[in-house]
Amino acid sequence: MSGFFTLANLSFLLILTVTFGGALIAVAGRNIFHNVLGLALSLFGVAGLYLYLNSPFLAMMQILIYVGAICIAICFAIMLSEPLYLPRPPRKPAKLAAAGLGAGLVYFMLSMLVKKTDWVAAPVRGTDWSIATIGHYLLTRYALIFELISLILLVAMLGAIVNARAGRGSAES
Amino acid sequence: MQFLLAEGARIGISLIGVIGLVSINALFLIWMERKVSAHIQLRPGPMEVGFHGALQTIADALKLIGKELITPEDADKLIYLLAPIVMFLPVLVSFIVIPFSPTLLIRDLNVGILLIFAFSTMAVLAILMAGWSSNNKYSLLGAIRSVAQTIAYEIPLLITAMSVIIMVGSLKLTDIVAYQATVWNVLFQPLAFILFIICGTAETNRAPFDIPEAESELVAGFHTEYSGMRFAIFFLAEYTNMFIVSAVATVLFLGGWRGPILPPLVWFLLKVYAIIFLMMWFRWTFPRLRFDQLITLGWKILIPLSLANLILTALAIKIF
Repeated sequence: MSGFFTLANLSFLLILTVTFGGALIAVAGRNIFHNVLGLALSLFGVAGLYLYLNSPFLAMMQILIYVGAICIAICFAIMLSEPLYLPRPPRKPAKLAAAGLGAGLVYFMLSMLVKKTDWVAAPVRGTDWSIATIGHYLLTRYALIFELISLILLVAMLGAIVNARAGRGSAES
Repeated sequence: MQFLLAEGARIGISLIGVIGLVSINALFLIWMERKVSAHIQLRPGPMEVGFHGALQTIADALKLIGKELITPEDADKLIYLLAPIVMFLPVLVSFIVIPFSPTLLIRDLNVGILLIFAFSTMAVLAILMAGWSSNNKYSLLGAIRSVAQTIAYEIPLLITAMSVIIMVGSLKLTDIVAYQATVWNVLFQPLAFILFIICGTAETNRAPFDIPEAESELVAGFHTEYSGMRFAIFFLAEYTNMFIVSAVATVLFLGGWRGPILPPLVWFLLKVYAIIFLMMWFRWTFPRLRFDQLITLGWKILIPLSLANLILTALAIKIF
């Protein structure tokens, strides 16, 4: 049995390495295409974390949506932005500080949340967390959150359309 | 310790089986493609090596292994090397859940079909990596086209699969097969089946949807700069993808391994290769679509049709 636990620990460490390594590439790399690939690697690692927590459904959704859709959408955006072969201007310290502050604030709030929450071990809680249950919860107890997320997506889509239309108009005139 | 040994043996045997199947399948499919195309064009095709040229692909594979591996001077070396691997690994993962017969499957996961779709999206990332890192404008153009195409065709593919899934009420591939004990799903979902085959052909980048690798305009697209075994791995992944798409279509619509008299495995492979034959038939019959036609077909015809099919299915389930 102990062999099993060390294997679990080993896989956890591997997943952590992949997640953090990917995140580091995504933040520190100077080539924007490498950044996206790093982000994909990191999100893949997060999927691994879900798998480690015995939630294969979430892990698959993570890969399908974040690695499969979001990263590819970002690649699309990169193809439309300025050419990759141009040398990048050095990073401004003010920008770096602002980014660090923002990320630090989010990290601080999340860690406070983690500390304050009274975590119950999965066997004690004893609820069934199958796909059917998740679907049921999304349409009953968490319906408001579900709808709010779809509202955000709608706004993003409208914003994209407005931007695209403005671009087209100026090109014609 | 016993658990580790048993699991290790299981993983080892499955891996050897899958890699064997992948290579034999690719060898067979390339020969089949040549023969099908030849007979459609009224010529015999390869005849010299083995019976009706059956060993021709083995000879070609040996030639490819012997070729020099070329890396372009200005390529992004690491990504250039990783791209074929990222292309091939997800293809292997998909085999974990495919039920070849009642007893022959690696793992019966309850997220089965989701696993196949999730990992098949990674192929686009690999194509993008290959196209971008080659530092060749034709490769990059091919990669960008591939991304646009896959986004357009992934959506109807998932939605049509969804209409079968809400009918069955499970993502497990064995449950989907069990549901079709009396009647195959294709009779309930004829439109979904047609849409799935069209989108599947587009997902595997085959003619008439082979814009990402259009030879006459892009000199083979994203894999122009690859040679030898690296090119062969892209080829292997492409033919294995065909097998997986056909296997998923078989499970979703054609009753999986079900059929009279013959053993289940034979029935499963027969159905899979029948769908693959259909895809080859497409390729050698239809001309390539223009890029705007392809995107229009995806967004303006296939997506609305698949959505309508999904809503109709949901209504029918509520009513009956």
